[in-house]
Amino acid sequence: MAMKGILGKKVGMTQIFDEQGEVTPVTVIEAGPCYVAQKKTLERDGYTAVQLGFEEIKASRATKPKLGHLAKNNLPALRYLREFRVEDHSELSEGQKLDVGVFEVGDRVDVIGTSKGRGFAGVVKRHGFGGGPRTHGQSDRLRAPGAISSGSTPGRVYKGLRMAGRMGGSRVTVQNLEVALVDPERNLLAVKGAVPGAREGLLVIREARKTSVSKRRR
Amino acid sequence: MANATDLIRSVENLKEEVPNLAPGDTVKVHVRIVEGNRERVQIVQGVVISIRGSGINKSFTVRRTASHGVGVERTFLLHSPRVERVEVIRNAHVRRAKLYYLRERSGKSARLRERRDQ
Repeated sequence: MAMKGILGKKVGMTQIFDEQGEVTPVTVIEAGPCYVAQKKTLERDGYTAVQLGFEEIKASRATKPKLGHLAKNNLPALRYLREFRVEDHSELSEGQKLDVGVFEVGDRVDVIGTSKGRGFAGVVKRHGFGGGPRTHGQSDRLRAPGAISSGSTPGRVYKGLRMAGRMGGSRVTVQNLEVALVDPERNLLAVKGAVPGAREGLLVIREARKTSVSKRRR
Repeated sequence: MANATDLIRSVENLKEEVPNLAPGDTVKVHVRIVEGNRERVQIVQGVVISIRGSGINKSFTVRRTASHGVGVERTFLLHSPRVERVEVIRNAHVRRAKLYYLRERSGKSARLRERRDQ
């Protein structure tokens, strides 16, 4: 396949031992089975991509437009539909089922998820500011942002200045995670390290865009 | 969908059989050590002074007194393949879960009363 990708759900984290007794922290992902819901083509859509669907649900829980779209390829009702941009999808056919078998142990993947929402967060948590001094007669300065601008020049606060506000709940990509385990029978995938989002959250797993030096060394 | 805990547990390579350790136990831990490409088994004998964690993360600390009264503590992951076998030699009657007070003691005061159940 031109590009490997699959959709999954975060299950949680644990650790596994290898034969030498080295411990690897891993995130377990329940990935697939996914269905190719649609192939976007240059002629019809202006770009090429593969639309994958994941997680069967009761038909009564899906919208009718979605059911109609899936019915074109006799697919069951699915909760999620996500697109993967690919150059060439000639190897895939609409309606085809994909499982975690597209990946193998040792592959490098990028994992995309929605980070946990932190609500309205201050500047220390949100931007890693140091806060103010704790002693020497300070009051109310512990987690304060400090000065936000100068006086008459420029006479305003610059746009984009890092301040308190909504944090989390945004799309986050973690690149170059190593696949530590693949189990097509149970639709399980484990990647080394942490992955964005809460448990049960949707994850997009795709082949790593950038390959790091560490892979070549291994 | 299966329960998340079950799914995670199914991935963990837990040992099928682990010794039932308790704080105060005197144990012999058979540790696999790889030196270059040669592998040998080292035995660490001492008192279990702490057990912490659960599941695959469970670990225990063994304290022994080496030469000149210098205490040596080593912590092992119970499910690690490096821990080949743990022999329990002796149980002791102790009244707490962590026996850190043994660090301040030596000689006679560092003894533990043996437990004989049943």
